[in-house]
Amino acid sequence: MKGTKLAWWIVFLIGALYFFVPLIATFIYSLGNPIAPGAPPPTFQAYGEILNSSDFWGALGYSFIIGIITIIVSIGLLMPTAYWVRLRVPRARPLVEFITLLPFVIPPIILVFGLIQTFSTGPLPLTNTDMGLNVLLVAGYTVLSFPYMYRAVDTGLQATDIRSLTEAAQSLGAGWTRIILRVILPNLRVALLSGAFLTLAIVIGEFTIASFLARPAFGPYLQLLGTNAAYEPAAVTIISFGLTWLAMIMIAFIGRGGRTRVAVTGAR
Amino acid sequence: MGFLTLTNIQKHFAGGVAAVENFNLDVDRGEFVSFLGPSGCGKTTTLRMIAGFERPTSGTITVDGKEISNKPPNQRNVGMVFQSYALFPNMSVADNIGFGLKVRRRPKQDIAKRVAELLTMINLEGRGDRYPWQLSGGQQQRVALARALAIEPQVLLLDEPLSALDAKIRINLRKEIRAIQRQLGITTVYVTHDQEEALSLSDRVVVMSDGRIEQIGTPSQIYNFPATTFVASFVGTLNLVNAGVVDASTGRLSVDGQEILASNVGGAASQDGRVTLALRPEGISLGEGSDGSNRLRGSVEDVNFLGSIVRIRVRLGKDDGAEHEAIVALDTFNEPHLKVPDVGEAVTISFPREAAFVLGAARGAAAPAAEVGAEV
Amino acid sequence: MSESDVALPAIGLDEPPARPGRRVSWAWLGIVPFLAFAAAFLIIPTFYLVNGSFHTESGEVTLQNYIDLGQPTVVEAFRASIEISLVTAVIGGLFGFLLAYAVIRGGLPGILGAALMTFSGVASNFAGVPLALAFTFTLGATGLITVLLKQVGIDITQSDFTIFSKLGLEIAYLYFQFPLMVLIIAPAIAGLKTEWREASENMGASSYQYWRHIALPILTPTLLGTMILLFGNSFGAQATAYTLTGEINIVTLLVTRQINGDVLNNINLGYAVAMGMVGVMGVTILAYLWLQRRAARWQR
Repeated sequence: MKGTKLAWWIVFLIGALYFFVPLIATFIYSLGNPIAPGAPPPTFQAYGEILNSSDFWGALGYSFIIGIITIIVSIGLLMPTAYWVRLRVPRARPLVEFITLLPFVIPPIILVFGLIQTFSTGPLPLTNTDMGLNVLLVAGYTVLSFPYMYRAVDTGLQATDIRSLTEAAQSLGAGWTRIILRVILPNLRVALLSGAFLTLAIVIGEFTIASFLARPAFGPYLQLLGTNAAYEPAAVTIISFGLTWLAMIMIAFIGRGGRTRVAVTGAR
Repeated sequence: MGFLTLTNIQKHFAGGVAAVENFNLDVDRGEFVSFLGPSGCGKTTTLRMIAGFERPTSGTITVDGKEISNKPPNQRNVGMVFQSYALFPNMSVADNIGFGLKVRRRPKQDIAKRVAELLTMINLEGRGDRYPWQLSGGQQQRVALARALAIEPQVLLLDEPLSALDAKIRINLRKEIRAIQRQLGITTVYVTHDQEEALSLSDRVVVMSDGRIEQIGTPSQIYNFPATTFVASFVGTLNLVNAGVVDASTGRLSVDGQEILASNVGGAASQDGRVTLALRPEGISLGEGSDGSNRLRGSVEDVNFLGSIVRIRVRLGKDDGAEHEAIVALDTFNEPHLKVPDVGEAVTISFPREAAFVLGAARGAAAPAAEVGAEV
Repeated sequence: MSESDVALPAIGLDEPPARPGRRVSWAWLGIVPFLAFAAAFLIIPTFYLVNGSFHTESGEVTLQNYIDLGQPTVVEAFRASIEISLVTAVIGGLFGFLLAYAVIRGGLPGILGAALMTFSGVASNFAGVPLALAFTFTLGATGLITVLLKQVGIDITQSDFTIFSKLGLEIAYLYFQFPLMVLIIAPAIAGLKTEWREASENMGASSYQYWRHIALPILTPTLLGTMILLFGNSFGAQATAYTLTGEINIVTLLVTRQINGDVLNNINLGYAVAMGMVGVMGVTILAYLWLQRRAARWQR
């Protein structure tokens, strides 16, 4: 039995190595790549440059705001829909679930292709204005969030037996606003917050849609930086990794004591 | 020397927790023995040690003269039926049953024949190509039994096989299990927390508590002559009354100021001369009873219809205005014309000397009487 | 599981009196916002591409675009994409499975299991630009591994190997394929009941026999299904490839170039390529769903 346990340890160590080496390499690079022949000693200069760069904060801020707006639109769209499907139109479930699975079949590159072609002419030429492009960006990200956001809300509704809660509230005289605010939302808190943090992580890291819509987002910023600068991209990569970690920790923290399904979509 | 022998079995888990201590048992060939006790008493741990899924900290296990304590579980030739059935979900019923034979590389025709035999024995003829998720709980359990028997094991082990099933199915299935066991004459160990199951199925019962054996005996011995308070309280319902010893040699006791004769006293009295008296509800009757019966006066506390039995609870003590606390329950068969007393009515209850026995020293001055044990 | 379409009780949700057909149509209004949004930003754009793929530049209906998919550039792109996706799906699937099994059943301390799960959640979202950059810092000309290898005498910059190749892309893609497999297969491994293993031992089976007859058959639908998901995941990936190497000919980069300029000299052919991608993804998802349903049977 000891032999097999050693084998599993080896498997784990190989995995750990594969995952950590690129991170370590990036970190070393961010310090000025001191291991390269002839390079100066390690320094945090790259981080300093980045944190003082208005491009960095501009891009991060832009993506952050877009992320928040996406979260609001996504929840505002999907939560009532999930509730309605569950309680009032169960027959619509196959259709709605099919639609929420479409983003798997239509990857971001194809989606943005279609969005650009559709909205560059015709009644709604959104591609002609900055605000229009921002709208398209939020719309695209909202669509991207369908699979996991809808699933999270739907599972949350099922787990809390929302039908009985609604009926109980109504028999006690509550109106719809109160039901939404006091009964539904609090019980979906965990699902919504987890979905929100996941959306934020995905939006900040996203590249494909943002770049084709020529938006000053974090993804395109990093890509451009990667082609122009030497060590700053490494610093930003480390920062980006740290931000993703933060989001995941928040999700784990919110979902503690329950089962959190970590969805896996986003930038590829 | 029995067919299955456990000698001085001890099992300690990390941290010093003693799961099983001083377990000694001889099981004869073909005997049906139950391990009975509450959750955590060590009965399942002991069973798993026989199967080989746990190793005893010390002690030996032998089957048919050969020691198996150090053999890995896949070399012991004991068949186990799990509480959760543990049927392999990717295999049909027939493949499940035949798995042990396939592992032993028996020829395909032999396996098919044996599987067919077993399917008939468990009344699932022709259902061999069904899958576990297509079967009911009772059917799955029968398949699990057939699977364990297919390899013709020397010992059959069952770990609370019926606890996940409905009451009616449980009763039918346990009769089937016993019938099959008798027909095959296979040495069997059955773990359960249900005393009715243990009593109705077994040749002998091993009552366990906190990792130790409380008593080993036939169902009748366990029920009628419990060796310890635990056994008496776990098996069947029992009234426990705090009584004073008047004369130990003749068995005269005083209960709430009234005198009765118990069938034994011995040296059981505690410091202040008080003992715990046990009275079986079915041994007590309403009314004066025959000559020589013990009689106690009291008033009816409440009356419960439990179906075939009516349970009347009586607060002992003369109607003299003082506080009396001892309450005993008596069971009487429910007949259509049964005249049931009213609550508060003054009654006399009677019981023969054999229905009253002393369990041991009084358990604390607190409770004057207690009603313990399983609901009927 | 589907809800039953039983009429809702009169007390409780306010419903107009039940008239056949009428009640249903009013309630559907509630999901109109969602349907409208999906139509505007998902379905119509897709339909635009579908429609375009069946037309020529001058507007006539035609199947020519699909025939033109036989062009060498396009065929090569699909071939390369499929190859990369297969390789990363199989390797990602197998090693991801081993990794998950190691922490769940391999006897490793429990905390390593939690760490792996959390890290997998992060790593699967780390994909795209940062991932590509991280690998250039690792295996690029002045990357960590490159430099370390040089110090022991191995100079990979002189060899054929470069991170900016198909092989490099595959190495990088595994960074999000492993975690995806780990996250999805972990519950299935945990779901292998201990009693099944004990029952098989009780029947006399060896470890190998347990795996061959019980554990692997039970895990195979999920294993296969997830590998198919990995395939689709890799096939649709764009950001990593674009950052790492804009030159390789894979389908997502072909579409990228097409969007940036008419490299195919025929915008409608571009639509057809896009539809080809959707076709591949569609088949992938269907296969995955079918296998998932089979796996769900044992979950009772």
